[in-house]
Amino acid sequence: MSGNGEVLVKVDGLKTYYSIRGSFLDRLVGRTGAAVRAVDDVSLELRKGEVLGLVGESGSGKTTLGRTLLGLVPATDGSVEFEGREITRLSEHDRRLMRRRMQIVFQDPHASLNPAMTIAQAVGHPLEIHGLAKGREEVRLRVADVLERVGLAPAEQYLDKYPSDLSGGQKQRAVIARAIILNPVLLVADEPVSMLDMSVRAKILELMLALKHDFDLTYLYITHDLATAKFFCDRIAIMYLGRIVEIGPSEAIYEDPKHPYTQALLRAIPEPDPRRTIPRDLPRGEVPDAARPPLGCSFHPRCPKAFEVCGWESRDLKELLERRWAGMEEAGFEDEQASVGSLEPLDDPATHARMPGGAVKAILDEARAEDPAEPFWTGVRRIESADGHVEIDWHEPVAPRLLPSGQVEVECHLYDEEALAEAEKRRRSGIPR
Amino acid sequence: MAATAIERLHRRSLGIRRALGPIAEARGMARGMLWTGAGITLVFVLLAIFAPVLSPYGFDQYQAGGRRFAQLAHPGHGHILGTTVQSTDVLSRIVWGTQTELEVVGLALAFGLVIGVPLGLIAGYFGGLFDRAAVLFMDAMFAFPPLLLAIVIAFLLGSSVSSGVLVAALAITITYVPQYFRVVRNHVISVREEPYVEAARALGAKPFTILRKYVFFNVVQNVPVIATLNAADAVLTLTALGFLGYGVQPTQGAEWGYDVSRAVSDAASGIWWTGLFPGLAIVLLVTGLTLVGEGLNETINPVLRKRSIRRVDFAAPSLEPSTEILEP
Repeated sequence: MSGNGEVLVKVDGLKTYYSIRGSFLDRLVGRTGAAVRAVDDVSLELRKGEVLGLVGESGSGKTTLGRTLLGLVPATDGSVEFEGREITRLSEHDRRLMRRRMQIVFQDPHASLNPAMTIAQAVGHPLEIHGLAKGREEVRLRVADVLERVGLAPAEQYLDKYPSDLSGGQKQRAVIARAIILNPVLLVADEPVSMLDMSVRAKILELMLALKHDFDLTYLYITHDLATAKFFCDRIAIMYLGRIVEIGPSEAIYEDPKHPYTQALLRAIPEPDPRRTIPRDLPRGEVPDAARPPLGCSFHPRCPKAFEVCGWESRDLKELLERRWAGMEEAGFEDEQASVGSLEPLDDPATHARMPGGAVKAILDEARAEDPAEPFWTGVRRIESADGHVEIDWHEPVAPRLLPSGQVEVECHLYDEEALAEAEKRRRSGIPR
Repeated sequence: MAATAIERLHRRSLGIRRALGPIAEARGMARGMLWTGAGITLVFVLLAIFAPVLSPYGFDQYQAGGRRFAQLAHPGHGHILGTTVQSTDVLSRIVWGTQTELEVVGLALAFGLVIGVPLGLIAGYFGGLFDRAAVLFMDAMFAFPPLLLAIVIAFLLGSSVSSGVLVAALAITITYVPQYFRVVRNHVISVREEPYVEAARALGAKPFTILRKYVFFNVVQNVPVIATLNAADAVLTLTALGFLGYGVQPTQGAEWGYDVSRAVSDAASGIWWTGLFPGLAIVLLVTGLTLVGEGLNETINPVLRKRSIRRVDFAAPSLEPSTEILEP
């Protein structure tokens, strides 16, 4: 651990929502559309000198979290303290001053340099913006200095080149040079190597580690690649649908992943030995819509270990039926679909559903008999037919909490004594079918 | 690293040389169009500049040495392109007319660029209410036929502005501002989302610095193309205004459109020179400017640009590479 304990960034209950515009009619009458919860109540601390990895699939909100930290995207709620100072609501002027202390390296080196500026102009521009160098010659000298530092040597060869003359790796070095020329303390690296060739990745990461040592930097390293994160990070935070589901020291997360999602991610790392096949059992389905996240724990629809209190609801029933039908013969599927009718009413998240037709109960019973181990059934509290309808009730969801467990903190009911006790209580009081 | 003055100049000119690079590299059809158009346009520019020297008479001169010129004289015989019904020399009117055309077109372009480009930059980058209002206004302008709009403006300004050239230039400007605005604004909106613009924000650059240094240069590439194509169109609008009698007034300067309109009645009686030569001048200038515009479009626009591959002959004993062009 290279973090020396002093807290550099303290994020508390940070939320970033993007409002999505509804239909034309919605806009006409001024109705505001739904919001995508890109970052949904995230709290974390970044200690000086450490590398915190932010890992998650596309759409998990990791990039938005990085941008919100830097103030490139306005925070909806919550606070970010940087060097003991709240920065989410700074004035434009104060924020610009703050920019000297925190910088970002973007994913795509080909797009993050202005095609109309030479490397000397691009890398030197931060100095001009903040008035930190006098005259063109001094800017040029300092640019040459920093270019050599990031491995673009001899600098004379690169100063007057345009970005289009450089390779991807060289561009990323120039981008890093531009970020560190202001001597920042925090560097947010947003997938800095994912667009680069394999042969260049390790070199860029080594350069970043060397710079961290020389310039006393703190990194927030955003990535979807657990393999590089292992090599690069002191601590790792796993994000899923805008929330941190597990956070802790890298070794602890790799050796003993707690959250079912982390376990699945680790199993997804490719194994270089083709003769060794390891059981993958990757999470089923896709990442849900962040505008309408699942009730309870966001991961429960894909989780193999979900149980009573995880937030089972109507949309899970829809998914179950669709999954069932996808594996059926056409005739059987058509019969069942005709008796169940439209699944659209299930799209509204609820813990109670009422479906027409007595045949539904028989179908559900059959599905349950076929796969009794399916975690969905733990969430069903009651299925009853009444006057031509079937009423289905699920257990009320319990919101998961980020709780310490061993060396890490994890947001999963499996590690929450209260949730386990609640589930046990419900299991016992549940009406036997 | 002691930089000499020459080195510094060399560095300073890097951007200009880079911008002109594609033009020097233009090959084939694009190169032909570009240089032909540039040649034709240059001839007209020289005619306009040296009009006092090149023109045999003044634009409204109908007599010399106390002797009135013949009316409707045939070409040749002291008047190379003949004379009009008002006894003015056709060649002189064409040469002086060049000056009027280029003055008006130049002014109209300058006004259009100065108004349209900054408006487009600001509306596109900042968005919001100003953008909405500007887009609505510009779209409303598009709804009018350009010539009608120009006539209305010329009519409105005619009484308050004394310079005919200025009135015509303003009338034409107003029809072209929406074009620059629209092209620049839409391009800014796409450039605004580029990571390098966000990077500039992350560096702490002020909005206007970002506009000037990061957005402007990546947006203006299309403007020369529209500007030259508009110039060709502006010649047509100006001559149409003159033809209808709303442009530069006959007392203020020679104007080809006006000459053509006067020549309409001549044509019926077999007098071809009063209409043909001003008409040819219009066609030539419009063709020249259009060729420049299209040629520029094909060299600058990366979608249309053809890259040439030069074959380097290693076997040749001379150090000069052969420059045969292979069509891709």
